[in-house]
Amino acid sequence: MGVNLKVREETEQKLKGSGADVLIQSLKEQGVEVIFGYPGGAVLPIYDALHRNPIRHVLARHEQGAIHAAEGYARVSGKTGVVIATSGPGATNLVTGIADAMLDSLPLVVFTGQVASTVIGTDAFQEADIIGITQPITKHNYQVKSVADFPRIIKEAFYIASTGRPGPVVVDIPKNISTEMFLTDYPQNEQVNLPGYQPTTKPNYLQIQKAGQALSEAKKPLILAGAGVLAAQASEELQVFAERHKVPVTNTLLGLGSIGGDHPLFLGMAGMHGTYTANTAICECDLLINIGARFDDRLTGNLAHFAPNAKVIHIDIDPAEIGKNVPTDIPIVADAKEALQALSNQSFESPDTEAWLQRLTANRAEYPLHYKADKERGILPQQAVELIHRLTGGDAVVTTDVGQHQMWTAQYYRFNHPHNWVTSGGLGTMGFGFPAAIGAQLARSNETVVAVVGDAGFQMTLQELSLLQELRLPVKVVILNNQSLGMVRQWQETFYEERYSQSLIHVQPDFVKLAQAYDIEGYKVETMEQAEKVFAEAFASTGPVLIDCRVVQMENVYPMVAPGKGLNEMIGVKGE
Amino acid sequence: MKRVITTTVINQSGVLNRVTGLLMKRQFNIESISVGHTEQPGMSKMTFVVNVEDKGKLEQLLKQLQKQIDVIKVHDITDKAMVMRELAMVKVVSPPSVRNEIYAIVEPFRATVVDMSKNVTTYQVAGDPEKIEAFIDLMRPYGIKEITRTGVSAFVRETQKAQTEQVSIL
Repeated sequence: MGVNLKVREETEQKLKGSGADVLIQSLKEQGVEVIFGYPGGAVLPIYDALHRNPIRHVLARHEQGAIHAAEGYARVSGKTGVVIATSGPGATNLVTGIADAMLDSLPLVVFTGQVASTVIGTDAFQEADIIGITQPITKHNYQVKSVADFPRIIKEAFYIASTGRPGPVVVDIPKNISTEMFLTDYPQNEQVNLPGYQPTTKPNYLQIQKAGQALSEAKKPLILAGAGVLAAQASEELQVFAERHKVPVTNTLLGLGSIGGDHPLFLGMAGMHGTYTANTAICECDLLINIGARFDDRLTGNLAHFAPNAKVIHIDIDPAEIGKNVPTDIPIVADAKEALQALSNQSFESPDTEAWLQRLTANRAEYPLHYKADKERGILPQQAVELIHRLTGGDAVVTTDVGQHQMWTAQYYRFNHPHNWVTSGGLGTMGFGFPAAIGAQLARSNETVVAVVGDAGFQMTLQELSLLQELRLPVKVVILNNQSLGMVRQWQETFYEERYSQSLIHVQPDFVKLAQAYDIEGYKVETMEQAEKVFAEAFASTGPVLIDCRVVQMENVYPMVAPGKGLNEMIGVKGE
Repeated sequence: MKRVITTTVINQSGVLNRVTGLLMKRQFNIESISVGHTEQPGMSKMTFVVNVEDKGKLEQLLKQLQKQIDVIKVHDITDKAMVMRELAMVKVVSPPSVRNEIYAIVEPFRATVVDMSKNVTTYQVAGDPEKIEAFIDLMRPYGIKEITRTGVSAFVRETQKAQTEQVSIL
């Protein structure tokens, strides 16, 4: 983020204002282009300062919408998302988004109002202990105790959020801090000084040597690329490395896009709903190179059966992830880009992977992702995702909630580019996808942004349709409507003997009318013929569109690793 | 296994909460914890005794602690030569008839009387946790009214015998 001189000069002058002025000016200095927020009593001085010294502000219709939009913005832009909400309910409405950003390592700086210092602890109006509440779900949090500390805290907050393993930082601002006049000279060029926070980005040379040695000795090496590759902007390095040594690549859910979806070395996503080939590769590989993934349980399945024959290299910027779930033979604490560069600078022999690649290619041909299209039954959700893929050429930014539609999108939307995939992986947040698409569209105004959502998740945050109406953002909302909580229903079918407890939704709003109420084009499609036509028109349109795409209710996501099972025990594989 | 862990932290409000909250979130059992200022202004030292299942869990604990922004240093000093002290105050029922008898026990422990009333005496005893346990066990037959303990505080000795294996990779 370039700090231009003009802003700096302005800063010199304007920092003589109130705490709120300091905040707004500091945000400008950080290069903040857009704030997602919602005003309220405790942040009135901040909104007043924003009125004096404007930065683009997107007024969500619920704080949760604001923070998910900021997450979408951060995910596709690589910049830090900024959120402002008031004290008490404003702050607590952010909790889901903060936890979501924590688990998915997204850089956010969240400013919450707080009651005045003099009444903190008295259960004052709209008081909530947001520091206590968010402590386990933030990378760090601050309550500003004195206005003199404010510029330093803001600087540190942005630094902590965006460096190392990114994550959310909460800054809680008592109302009197916002109104107090700032008198000290603002230390312009002061560097951030955090003795307890010095992330290691450069890999250890000896470990890199060991990794190179292990790779040259491997017969069946496999790269597992996670979101860490994307956070480090290292997809190009990843692809070059994989191609040079002819090593196949699989992805975690959040790592999708780090290598092209149609790349010949790409085996598809691994894990619970991964491809049979990717999971087989994990079971059979003799060297697993994990780059920026955290061996989440949805990826590994039963740990006893995870990569049983493999030597494990784990590259992660967060040392606490190494050895947490899977024992590691060669730990490398580093930024993914720096580690990949260091590996490329090593001279070691490429392994002979000819036979291994042939085996995997044959496996992929024999056991591809599959579904049975049937005109009589209606649109299959997989078909809808494939249609979106065809119409957008795999170039769109795609967001989802959590559940069946998320898995189908992950399986069938093959991303050509990194940073185009926005989904709630770790926390699995319903209602994430639609507001996240708004943030993504704001960051990438000239690109197609599609929110693929379920009918249930969409109803958790659909109030943000107001933003599409207000900003005329051309987001395409595709509701894969199966009139159920699809994944819950699928699990009830499979593991609870078809007792569909509270998972079938018989009453729904008319989504087309709902769209119209917000002055957005709305369509309902029930057959593939209709879908072909409507989707094509929608994706050609320059405005927002909502499509209520009715899909087969009882369709299940396959293949699948049942909970508690190993990756070697997939069900629903083609040819079984 | 019981481990003694010391951490140097930046002394600001909420740090204790942050560290104990972290241990709770990650399902570690704290047996005792003590906090106090250090020779450096703005720095505090925490000593805690935790029960961990295995080496892997221990490594996780150390790394998670190290990850906290306010935590400067983390050491597992269990296997090092160290000085470990805890202070306890024990209120014992001690009518004049048994006072001499109790005193004979107290003396080898170098415990001191810090408060006395007609029938109850409060002793202060300092030492490693085993010594304190032993003292409490010996007092028990006389009737213990109340116990308070500070938790362990520990230091690594200046001279270490042989290098012990360092678990943390940090």
